Amino acid sequence: MAEVEIVSVSKAFGKTQALSDLSLTIGNGEFVALLGPTGAGKTTALRLIAGLEQPDQGSIRIDGRDVTGDAPADRDVAFVFQQYSLYPHLTVFDNMAFALRAPTRRVPEADIRAKVQEIARLLHIETKLDNKATQLSGGQMQRVAIGRALVRSPSIYLMDEPLSSLDAKLRGELRLELKRIQIELGATILYVTHDQTEAMTMASRIGVIEGGRLMQIGTPREIYENPVNAHVAARLGQPVINLLPAALFAGAPHGVETIGARTEHLTIARGSGDVSATVKRVEHLGDQSHLHLDLAGRPVVTLADPEAGFGAGEVVSLRLNKPLFFDAKGWRVAA
Amino acid sequence: MAQIKVEALDKSFGSFHAVKSASFTVEDGQFLCLLGPSGCGKTTTLRMIAGLELPTAGTIRLDGEDVTMNRASARDIAFVFQLFALYPHMNVRRNIGFPLKCEGISAAECDRRVVEAARILRISHLLDRSVSGLAGGDRQRVALGRAIVRKPKCFLMDEPLGALDTEMREAMIHELRALHDRLGATTVYVTHDQLEAMAMADRIAVMNNGVVEQVASPRDIYDRPASLFVADFIGSPPMNFLPFRGGLQTGAAAIRLGERDVAIPAAREAMAESELVLGVRPEHVRFTDRGMVRGEVYGTEYLGTTQIVTVTTSYGALKARSPSSKSFRTGETVGLDFRPDTLSIFDKASGRAIRTALHEGAAHG
Repeated sequence: MAEVEIVSVSKAFGKTQALSDLSLTIGNGEFVALLGPTGAGKTTALRLIAGLEQPDQGSIRIDGRDVTGDAPADRDVAFVFQQYSLYPHLTVFDNMAFALRAPTRRVPEADIRAKVQEIARLLHIETKLDNKATQLSGGQMQRVAIGRALVRSPSIYLMDEPLSSLDAKLRGELRLELKRIQIELGATILYVTHDQTEAMTMASRIGVIEGGRLMQIGTPREIYENPVNAHVAARLGQPVINLLPAALFAGAPHGVETIGARTEHLTIARGSGDVSATVKRVEHLGDQSHLHLDLAGRPVVTLADPEAGFGAGEVVSLRLNKPLFFDAKGWRVAA
Repeated sequence: MAQIKVEALDKSFGSFHAVKSASFTVEDGQFLCLLGPSGCGKTTTLRMIAGLELPTAGTIRLDGEDVTMNRASARDIAFVFQLFALYPHMNVRRNIGFPLKCEGISAAECDRRVVEAARILRISHLLDRSVSGLAGGDRQRVALGRAIVRKPKCFLMDEPLGALDTEMREAMIHELRALHDRLGATTVYVTHDQLEAMAMADRIAVMNNGVVEQVASPRDIYDRPASLFVADFIGSPPMNFLPFRGGLQTGAAAIRLGERDVAIPAAREAMAESELVLGVRPEHVRFTDRGMVRGEVYGTEYLGTTQIVTVTTSYGALKARSPSSKSFRTGETVGLDFRPDTLSIFDKASGRAIRTALHEGAAHG
């Protein structure tokens, strides 16, 4: 494992600027998640570290060594792709052992067996080792793909949305597993995702990336509680933060155009008040219920308190409790 | 529009029994989700309804007519696939109109219906654009346009949003449901994503190992799961299960858990002494010093507004959802209490939920 640095890297594909002046350090043993929508430049960042792309500017360093010009094979990184690509004619065991059996590595067969079995156990596929890769379900195949990377001990694991093709339950389980395995192995991981729950629950730090630029990097709590702008604020949190015109409420500081209110910033009580809204509906989503309100024609969504039992059509009062303030351009204004 | 009735449907691929006696009815205009983990048989079931697979046994009725052995093309249904295949060399208008052209419908009629489909999907401004430059959501709308332009009796969709990222998917969930409300077409929608199913479906059929375990409204599936599997599959994190040994008499309103009595919804059937399981949703676990179950905080997962607290107890690791404002120390001893009216009891051997007062508010499913 090693420290990996991205130093002022820019990359364009034709006219599209995929990354602009990206700098990021992933500490030894750290789990960093890059969170952003499709096209934000997340995957490009991974591919640059892996050596699958060359930067236009800037450099990549692994443990202080400049690897910008090195071939992928010389960088000692392990890549887990979004779409598992297993060898269909090989067993699960042979798929996982494949990288260790490369002639340049010279790993003794007994060590290979021990390592594959250990990782298979961590991923709960130890009973499938003799199956052909094609006899597995999608979720199992993806675990084999992850396992194939984990049997190695590279300087860094680069993971490109490895859980996105799995069902919610398996995703939830693997989230916990992956975090536990990372701690157990002391692995350095750069993990790309558009799923905020994955980023929040696994990463020690989250980098929010948008339009090829790193907007903010920090612990999940820092990003959630102290977003630098309205865009970052809307990236984390379910339901999405309510961005409301400051004019709807009294007492916003000077220069504030928009008030950002999450569930914990809103106190909702029965009956009308200084600011009143109407309950539109309560949406049951399984793990949480959303309370949909109409506030002067604007939708407001918060987590429904199961004990409150509001019904559609009911009038409620809203009170703000230390919300976030943003200026006309969406940047944070101190409270 | 149409009613779809699936009766005792069976499908084997060689020695693999993919679908086992699946039965359910999708009423005219209803939106039904087939929900389950990968390999549960949901896509196979959908493909049999479409006529892309022939069942080993059982019947499929479309508006009362037995179509089990009819060819796919004779069933008047539209299939939307997970990976939307658009013709890259055709523009949006020709992509949407393609199925009509194949049916030999006149150019004028074809154009009228393409324009209407585009209006419904709000992509009128894209009609003359090439499909290759479109964003994921717009490509998906074009694929939907190709399905709705035929005005079929029903829509079958196989994870149509699977390839989209979270935000686009959430937007499309609301769009698809709104589209369904406008068209009122009978829809069967396959997904492994409980959020999609909970947010869109009128009814959900949960499948596991080829078996339909429960067909009910999203609310009932979540609040009144019919089996351990359903309770475990829906909800994230899933329901907590506390195994215990005991019997139940009809009318009993408490169970004996260790040294304490735990109030439950009154039992509506009797159970002889056996291995049972108490099911508690994480949001129904409360922290209180006088709690009936005690344990040690193992860790917390920060989710913003709320956090998931994992507590090691003699019943295994239990998860509780709690406001993030409350702080917990790893290793701290805590007491846990459960909201009595929400608890489920299962028979461990069969996995079946035992009938209690909890089931009395349920819609018939």
